[in-house]
Amino acid sequence: MLEIRQRYAINGILLYVFSTIFVVQLCFGRVIDEKTWIALFWVILLFAAFNAVSKSFIQEASARRLYYFMIASPLSVVISKMIYNSLLMVVLGALSLGLFSVFMGFPGLYAGLFVPAFLLGCIGLASALTMVSAIASRSGNNAALMAILGFPVVLPLLLLLVKASQKALTGRVETAEMLRFLSAITLIDLVVVVLAVILFPYLWRD
Amino acid sequence: MIKSMWWKFLGLALVLYSIIAGLLIDVPALPVIHQTIRNLFYHVSMWFAMFVMLGTSLVYSIRYLSGFRMRDDLMASGAVYTGIFFGLMGLMTGMVWARFTWGDFWTNDPQLNGAAVSMMAYLAYAVLRGSIDEVAMRARISAVYNIFAFMLLVIFLGVLPRLADSSLHPGKGGNTSTMEGLDMTMRMVFYPAALGWILIACWLLQLHTRRRALIQGIH
Repeated sequence: MLEIRQRYAINGILLYVFSTIFVVQLCFGRVIDEKTWIALFWVILLFAAFNAVSKSFIQEASARRLYYFMIASPLSVVISKMIYNSLLMVVLGALSLGLFSVFMGFPGLYAGLFVPAFLLGCIGLASALTMVSAIASRSGNNAALMAILGFPVVLPLLLLLVKASQKALTGRVETAEMLRFLSAITLIDLVVVVLAVILFPYLWRD
Repeated sequence: MIKSMWWKFLGLALVLYSIIAGLLIDVPALPVIHQTIRNLFYHVSMWFAMFVMLGTSLVYSIRYLSGFRMRDDLMASGAVYTGIFFGLMGLMTGMVWARFTWGDFWTNDPQLNGAAVSMMAYLAYAVLRGSIDEVAMRARISAVYNIFAFMLLVIFLGVLPRLADSSLHPGKGGNTSTMEGLDMTMRMVFYPAALGWILIACWLLQLHTRRRALIQGIH
């Protein structure tokens, strides 16, 4: 897809994540408390997601859009974009997690809650932003619109993710509580995906 | 004339009644809140009116996407603008109330933050509409975003505050619900107040849509 055709795009995002994390390390030093670690990590990932996913529709040339429009149904376009962006986000998230741990240290997060929350969160961020990118790409001033439309849409997810990560700090989490967080995140993911699948055909045609 | 306008007079009468009675009736003496409980009649009714307006707008957005009539788009966007107005009023009355009960205009309460972010989502809707020039495309894309924004509103005001650990609002974060603590005399004012403001909101929406329909020449 887009990133394979434009090698510099994916390298750009990686470099962006790297420089942000490096700047954070320079500003904060290595020692930060765990709550700050979580907040910084998710904020960095959020902005990386904005940068990575906003390309999916905005940077497509209009001729190519017309080509996709001819050969594929809107449903397959949006689902494939979402799957692709989710994979991209999971890879990007894992890389930033690794880099962030190298530079800032890793607090003892309970993996049983953090890992599924992290994966679901990456998928949710990617799908929500894919849809927002589709909306923003149809309007004139799309870079600014991407930010103002996207911010409220991803915020509930982000809040839940931060809360789940903070819970994971406390060590072993009971299964019932874990399920409560994970099901809330899954529910938001599902709502976003279902709405996107229903509504995307209206955005796709001219 | 009178027949089709009865609900406007009813709305006016109910709002007047709630303003006068809301200041006159005896309210239960509760700790911290004291007399400021009277703000409930005005503050909570603003949110009721906002919810009805934004719900109306959701219905018209779905209707627009199924029929592509410009009239539906006009109603949907008008209802969003009216809803934003009532939402801002709700925030303001809430801030005044918070100043006199919790000591500050803004507290870090999940309900407050949720309300602020949903208002931002709807203001973004207004910006989105402003940035698309072609009329049919604007109507279609803003209808799609409006459905997303309503989902956010439900998540922010309905789901997240209930999941939160602590909240200053009743009925959220393990507190008891308002409706259980509300005594009969207060209900006698609160329900008419909410209904009255909803009717006033519908009237505002009607005036707003009629004016814009005249300007744009849509029937």
